[in-house]
Amino acid sequence: MSTDLSQSDLGFSDPNPRRTTALWTRWQAVLIPIVSVVLALAVGGILIWLQGVNPFTAYKVLFTSALGTEAGLLRVMQKSTPLILTGLAVVVGLRAGLFNIGAQGQLVVGALGAAVAGYALHLPPVIHVIAAIAIGMVCGAIWSSIAGVLRAYRSVSEVITTIMLNAIALSLVDYLASKPLKEEGQPLSRTPEILDSARLPTFGVVPIGFVIAILVAIFFGWFLVRTTSGFRFNTVGLNANAARYAGIGVRGTIVLAMAVSGALAGMGGSIESLGVVGRFEPAFNAGLGFDGITIALLARANPMATIPAAILVGTLRAGANSLQFETGIQPEVVDVILALTLLFVAAPIVSRMIFRNRTKQRQLTSGWGV
Amino acid sequence: MKRWWPWALTAILVALCIVYYFIDATKTVSVLQFSLRYAIPLILAAMVGIICERSGVINIGIEGQMLMSAFAGFFGASITGSLVLGALIGVGTGMIMGAMLAVGAVTWKMDQIIAGTVINILATGLTSFFYAQGHMLPANMPTMEVPLLSSIPLVGPVFFINGPFAFAALIIVVVLQVMLFRTIWGLRTRSVGEKPSAADTSGINVQRTRFLNVTVAGALAGLAGAYLSLEAAGTFERGFTAGRGFTALAIMIFGAWNPIGALGAALFFGLAEGVASQLQADEVVAIPQQFTNMLPYVLTIVLLAIVSGRVKPPASVGKPYEKD
Repeated sequence: MSTDLSQSDLGFSDPNPRRTTALWTRWQAVLIPIVSVVLALAVGGILIWLQGVNPFTAYKVLFTSALGTEAGLLRVMQKSTPLILTGLAVVVGLRAGLFNIGAQGQLVVGALGAAVAGYALHLPPVIHVIAAIAIGMVCGAIWSSIAGVLRAYRSVSEVITTIMLNAIALSLVDYLASKPLKEEGQPLSRTPEILDSARLPTFGVVPIGFVIAILVAIFFGWFLVRTTSGFRFNTVGLNANAARYAGIGVRGTIVLAMAVSGALAGMGGSIESLGVVGRFEPAFNAGLGFDGITIALLARANPMATIPAAILVGTLRAGANSLQFETGIQPEVVDVILALTLLFVAAPIVSRMIFRNRTKQRQLTSGWGV
Repeated sequence: MKRWWPWALTAILVALCIVYYFIDATKTVSVLQFSLRYAIPLILAAMVGIICERSGVINIGIEGQMLMSAFAGFFGASITGSLVLGALIGVGTGMIMGAMLAVGAVTWKMDQIIAGTVINILATGLTSFFYAQGHMLPANMPTMEVPLLSSIPLVGPVFFINGPFAFAALIIVVVLQVMLFRTIWGLRTRSVGEKPSAADTSGINVQRTRFLNVTVAGALAGLAGAYLSLEAAGTFERGFTAGRGFTALAIMIFGAWNPIGALGAALFFGLAEGVASQLQADEVVAIPQQFTNMLPYVLTIVLLAIVSGRVKPPASVGKPYEKD
């Protein structure tokens, strides 16, 4: 398998120099996601049209409500923040050959941890925020490490454990927020409000959390390509046996990659608690984890590319509600559009049909065993 | 592979059931009936996993295949007004979903885990978009009785009075066990999953065998989905399958990729769930609802942690076949 590790783009197909030039391959890495999104929007448009609504009007409503107003822009950025981070969580896992489909669970555990730290600790302003985010990240990391340790030491597939841990996390936080950590004298099950010192502020229309997420994505763009740890992740992901032969501790790397992945998702939850919700409410964080998978594959496992991918998904999510309000189309149409995007981008549909690319498919995950 | 402990465990559990039957007959029967009903979709879905993985294809998309079939079966039955048509639509949908995985994982040689995940996410999106409230089944699924056998105490009411899907599931397990280890199809399937290059050399069409098996397995996932919406619940909700497709994969591993083994694992799983919900209902243990909800998921992880590494998957599972 010839893959240039210094390249930050982990394309899905091995570039074949005899057929396609390097430049054309690079172009495809940008074009395939774009064509996939356009195709998905077209199919979504047909679904909208079948419901008796003009798809152009519907999309105009969706995009103007999300991008046309200040409130809309704020919402897009708020929605994109955890998406960038869960997308990164999936990317980091994929680099090490792990498919973390449990970002959802790690996110809610992190969101609860940060919210509790937000009202229970009494610290000076900036330090309080940092401490609360750190606690949320540790919670997410602990949650994903269950899957990481089982994978590394018992070869249990992380795909099954992370999805099971999602369901367990949802029940667990539901219990904690409705019994021991519940706000006194409230009918809703939610934790008390966080203290002002733990709040993540918004400058103008730009939430600080969004800036943090972008900085983290840039950091990982550097970390995965330029550091020894990043190199270890990539090597284990590409060939665990070769990594072992080269003296890399495969088990340790798997546990670390999974913990980092969970910490990123936990950070997404923390920012949600500290910057948007102001407390923890179990109902607030639904469905974010699967979007992380779509974003990671749309970004072709490139950390920096998760930023535009997450903003796109965030825009669709932010506009979905006004779509229902103004045209009566169910907001779940966005789920279909995102699922189709994932289908087009992950399956070699676009690259085969449109670009006539018949190069070998790259294996991103490492199946059942180490 | 000779292992004594599954038999010991089975013997202990059966003995316990008989003892309890003499203490409280009605309660024992009702717990066991609940357990079997809980186990049926897991049994069917585990068979899907076994067929696919024995042919060398990981099917992580069972969940999505079941979800789509449960959806199509329920709304098919509700709109056409016929349970039989609904069941056929459900099974057909499962087969189409199976063919989808086959195209992705076999023809296009995609990363199999990603191909399955795409199916799961697509099924979640489509079923929640097209979901509509206010639909009902035209009738309840009839229960059937096997004459004579159904009058055996304890065993009769649990195994021999059931809906058609439950009977189908139990029969399929036995048929698959025989087919997998006693027929030419089984030998070919296993060889394609263990050593596709050798199978290819001896004239077996690896790609075609895998494609057909994954597609036919999809029909079983359709049966599992249709069972859930038409026979077990009589309704459909968003996210209806609740992770059963993944639990089934754990059961497949626990059963060492063997139909009978997986049957045992699924029944054990159902029994644990049945006993837990009975204890909850009797208020024997004061556990919050959320913790009983966690039980199947925790149990899945624990089972996997115990058994992984001790059983061996088919050697070429997850690897697309490339001709040299």
